[in-house]
Amino acid sequence: MTPEDSKYAKSHEYVHVEGDIGTVGITDYAQKELGDVVFVELPQVGSQLEQNEELGSIESVKAVSELFAPISGEVVEVNEKLKDKPELVNTDPYGDGWMVRVKLSDATELDVLMGAEEYDEYVETESGH
Amino acid sequence: MADQPAASLKKTPLNEIEKELGGKMVDFGGWELPVQYSGILDEHEAVRTRVGVFDVSHMGEVTVKGPDALSMLQKATCNDVSKLEDGRAQYNGLLYPTAGFVDDILIYRNAPDDYFIVVNASNSDKDYEWFRECAKGFDAEVRNRSAEYAQLAIQGPQAEKLLQPMTDVDLSRMKYYRFGKGKVDGVAAIVSRTGYTGEDGFEVYVSPEHSTRIMRKIIAAGAKPCGLGARDTLRLEAKMALYGNDIDHTTTPLEADLGWIVKLDKGDFNGREVLRRENAEGVRRRLVGFEMVDRGIARHGYPVVDGSQEIGVVTSGTHSPTLKKAIGLAYVPPDKTAQGSEFAVLIRGKETRARVVPTPFYKRAK
Repeated sequence: MTPEDSKYAKSHEYVHVEGDIGTVGITDYAQKELGDVVFVELPQVGSQLEQNEELGSIESVKAVSELFAPISGEVVEVNEKLKDKPELVNTDPYGDGWMVRVKLSDATELDVLMGAEEYDEYVETESGH
Repeated sequence: MADQPAASLKKTPLNEIEKELGGKMVDFGGWELPVQYSGILDEHEAVRTRVGVFDVSHMGEVTVKGPDALSMLQKATCNDVSKLEDGRAQYNGLLYPTAGFVDDILIYRNAPDDYFIVVNASNSDKDYEWFRECAKGFDAEVRNRSAEYAQLAIQGPQAEKLLQPMTDVDLSRMKYYRFGKGKVDGVAAIVSRTGYTGEDGFEVYVSPEHSTRIMRKIIAAGAKPCGLGARDTLRLEAKMALYGNDIDHTTTPLEADLGWIVKLDKGDFNGREVLRRENAEGVRRRLVGFEMVDRGIARHGYPVVDGSQEIGVVTSGTHSPTLKKAIGLAYVPPDKTAQGSEFAVLIRGKETRARVVPTPFYKRAK
């Protein structure tokens, strides 16, 4: 189930907002497409992210994919657990597999992202099922 | 994200069952094949510790028969085919006169004038044409038999135990790189103790119409269905070359660190002069195994650099599921090939250190 309380980018990242902090990760669909995640490269705390710009990269056994920032803002926390347990991205993408927490600089950016239902439809179209 | 396979892709006889088993289908050199079922790490581990089954029916088969079959193969390849005996298989290089690879192949000897040759899927038409070219002036008949065979690879320490009840070929007496003919599940088959995983195992060649039934039985007996993803991580840990990645028409067997299949004294063959010169003067570059010192995975095509200068290229790279670190193969200049030498790989613009290590990365316990 795609969580209703988050917003989704076409590049398959989610952002879950509480107050002015957004928690960013990749969706369940994205982790399934990638397969076993073995390495996640994330920005440092304090870096500035711009919406739709590269935020880091994610290596699965078979390929590397870029991560894009779904919203702009300052990185206030990165998920240190992923250093030793990158597989959390596969096993719990919306929970312990989160990647960065961002202090949003412009909440109106959320308006261009998709809701859960819209994202599910988008995935169905994209995957051709 | 992987592209969905197009409708025009070639399908193996096992295509239906692969989809039924939940295989994630991809375009692999024009063939629709599963990259994974349960997951690459899970499938990889099954082969290293138990047993897995792969559909490798996309591989091509060519037969060469006739009084001149041996002399023709000797001319076309760099290993010494005369050393083969009936019932034995040999890894070999099919070469151009430049000593570049047409393909890397397996030659099975049925009889001194009868050879069964297994070639890479994407090369099978090219190889067949090249064999026919090489056969000119020889009394040898070359036939492309690819459509007549499905091929299943049963790989892992439990492969013999799993397969023996299904075949009358005595597997316990079959050594590595030997083969036998008999029946598997009641139908004619070739069974060889070969594989592309670095693990014990067998490759079974059967008529396509029986392949689905046999695959079902193999899975029912406990083999995990495995895809191309695990095949790649397994072969790379065992440092087995992948045509199109590690070797191609621009690389010679000596550059590819495959000197053990180069027999300069066997008589004339395509590429011998080039290989002799390389042997005497040294190669310009050589394929080495490396592991990453810094974090990151160096993948196919990433440049090896020394300052601003590009000095080599990564040909294969992955996360090794067995060793739990990033490994790979790269062509580097001769002065960087010693074990322990370090070089930098550009990973998305960032210099990342790698170190030359002994290969194979993984060797099974005997």
